[in-house]
Amino acid sequence: MAINMVEPLYEVSRNATRCINCRICEKECSNLVHSYDENLKAMISDETKCVNCHRCVVMCPTHALKIVKSDNCFRENANWTQDSIMTIYNQAQTGGVLLSSMGNPEPFPVYWDKILINASQVTNPSIDPLREPMETKTFLGAKVPDIKRDENGDIVNNLPPQIELSTPIMFSAMSYGSISYNAHSALAQAATKLGTLYNTGEGGLHKDFYKYGANTIVQIASGRFGVSKNFIEAGAAIEIKMGQGAKPGIGGHLPGTKVVEDVSKTRMIPEGSDAISPAPHHDIYSIEDLRQLVYSLKEASNYKKPVIVKIAAVHNVAVIASGVARSGADIIAIDGFRGGTGAAPTRIRDNVGIPIELALAAVDKRLRDEGIRDKVSIIVGGSIRNSSDIIKAIALGADACYIATSALIAMGCHMCRSCHLGRCNWGIATQRPDLTKRLDADEASQKLVNLVEAWTHEIKEMMGGMGINSIEALRGNRLMLRGIGLTEKELEILGIMHAGE
Amino acid sequence: MQIIDCENKDYTQVCKEVRTSEDVDVCLQNCLGQRYIGAGLNNKTIIIDGVPGNALGAYLDGANIEVKASVQDAVGDTMNAGKILVRGSSGDATGYAMRGGKIYIRDDAGYRTGIHMKAYKENFPIIMIGGKCGSFLGEYMAGGIIVVLNLKDEKQIVGNFTGVGMHGGKIFLRTSDLNANFPPQVKCEIATKEDIKEIEKYIVEYANDFDIDANKLLSSQYHILKPNSANPYKRLYTAH
Ligand code: SF4
Ligand code: SF4
Repeated sequence: MAINMVEPLYEVSRNATRCINCRICEKECSNLVHSYDENLKAMISDETKCVNCHRCVVMCPTHALKIVKSDNCFRENANWTQDSIMTIYNQAQTGGVLLSSMGNPEPFPVYWDKILINASQVTNPSIDPLREPMETKTFLGAKVPDIKRDENGDIVNNLPPQIELSTPIMFSAMSYGSISYNAHSALAQAATKLGTLYNTGEGGLHKDFYKYGANTIVQIASGRFGVSKNFIEAGAAIEIKMGQGAKPGIGGHLPGTKVVEDVSKTRMIPEGSDAISPAPHHDIYSIEDLRQLVYSLKEASNYKKPVIVKIAAVHNVAVIASGVARSGADIIAIDGFRGGTGAAPTRIRDNVGIPIELALAAVDKRLRDEGIRDKVSIIVGGSIRNSSDIIKAIALGADACYIATSALIAMGCHMCRSCHLGRCNWGIATQRPDLTKRLDADEASQKLVNLVEAWTHEIKEMMGGMGINSIEALRGNRLMLRGIGLTEKELEILGIMHAGE
Repeated sequence: MQIIDCENKDYTQVCKEVRTSEDVDVCLQNCLGQRYIGAGLNNKTIIIDGVPGNALGAYLDGANIEVKASVQDAVGDTMNAGKILVRGSSGDATGYAMRGGKIYIRDDAGYRTGIHMKAYKENFPIIMIGGKCGSFLGEYMAGGIIVVLNLKDEKQIVGNFTGVGMHGGKIFLRTSDLNANFPPQVKCEIATKEDIKEIEKYIVEYANDFDIDANKLLSSQYHILKPNSANPYKRLYTAH
């Protein structure tokens, strides 16, 4: 028999004096790590199956459990790391493409952490957000530079459709299918309470959620799942997904096991059938073709909804964005290479694409240089982790930010990066009824509301500190940023000066 | 019936006139490449004189469209219900991702016909092609039926890569001498009487629409292509 080379990465440390053999961990772990040994009269663990999601740790009533990194190690080698060796064993055994989830975990530079924000001192005094009004209201959509008047001299409203947000933070696309009904419900409710938008992802819209339409972005991807006339008209905006930061250049694949009855209804495909979104839209091979899809959607929705085109941050993103801006899109969403996913081939997730910070700076500059920045709004996502990331993004030129991983963490995700297994112990990235019921939609939506409200407050404080009382005045205001520890070239691309300059 | 003259009008104008017409029946004259005609409509019968542009009947939701000439690319893109009848040929990506309704083409269809077509319960799409098709017919097909009738009894009626990634639905090819290679996701058999029963009503309807003899078509031999599995890519991955 062939030897199974899988070695556990984590150890379940169970404090025997605390463990009362209540077997709760056994019930809570969908990966079947814990079991009760009748002979030993004790709990035992099969650690090869542990994904380090901390469900058992949190649920253990006596705090007897912790998960620690295994100190089992290979002979040290800076080149052949444990992970490089183990993935070869894995692929040699299965012949499969490595599949993983969530965003790129590799130690690439995080430019947000190398950018510092300005504050006023003495001259141009700071503003106290507790006392003075601070405007975070954001409008997304194409702006028209010239004012038109009718024969009486009254202004004619020639503004294309806009999205109004109370704060420049939106929930980005996660499909029903990749995440659970309760997770979707929480996002929809939170977006409604907050006066912002969530995004259906490419899996269609569950009938129960049509009522949140005013706070919904409906997404259309190459697979066109669940797309119908009603769907197109259901939301406040329509997003065409051309790419995703976690897996630029490839499509989506929801395994048949996640296409349970309700998901099947929403996607409008049979139960148990794979939902495959091909890599390209097979009718889009050029900006002209993209324009065709943009305008077919505008026609079908009677020009009432802004159309967003979402692209992944790749090497030529600035040129691509310039093309997109000319395709008739009202908004461009750019997804950086650290953006999350429910499933992506590991090698693509970890090696394809570029950081959102550089992509955003390059796109904003390009569109300004070409004099078409007004034609589109820019939304950025792909690992926005806190309110200061948002301030920096807006100062680099973004109109608003998309958050998804942060939203999942707010709902209880522990970043075990195992969404693709379909057994999320936190009831988020799964369709198994025993697991999905672990997520209380109302409670989760309250947490999302808390998070976004707290971030909005922090944004106001930082704006006040800079002496800025409206988010509009921060947009593209790169003078408010300085780089730290960056090369000349990086500063040039980001369009900012070094700290001390 | 409202008559709309398309001469020297761009698509926004033509589509608006169609959309806002109070008549259920509209007839477009001098149509010349205007795109998106009928997009998302459900309550109209549109007759088109001339050649409409790309994305005719995109997201169609129940309307009927009849074209007296050929059509361009992406006819019936993501349509849900309704019928598009073309008295000529159609361009590439005919019926892209359509989920319901019928597209009947008198002559040939271009590349990627029926790509990503899917069915769901009462939504069941049908594409009937009178002549032959380009490459990538039924690529990623997930449901519904495509029939290539080969009315001129030609030898080569499909191009390369037919049914690549197919994981649902059926493709019928009217020929006894099938001259094509299929990918491993597809199994190809001679259609049984039972199989043909399934498409009989569409063939009769098609024959009626284009005034041809249904009996000849019903008594011919067909090859049927079906996917090997609803999960063609399952074993491709290993968890990391
Ligand atoms: S997979 Fe999660 S619940 Fe199971 S043992 Fe590991 S940490 Fe605990
Ligand atoms: S959503 Fe669930 S499976 Fe995915 S990383 Fe978070 S806790 Fe793990």
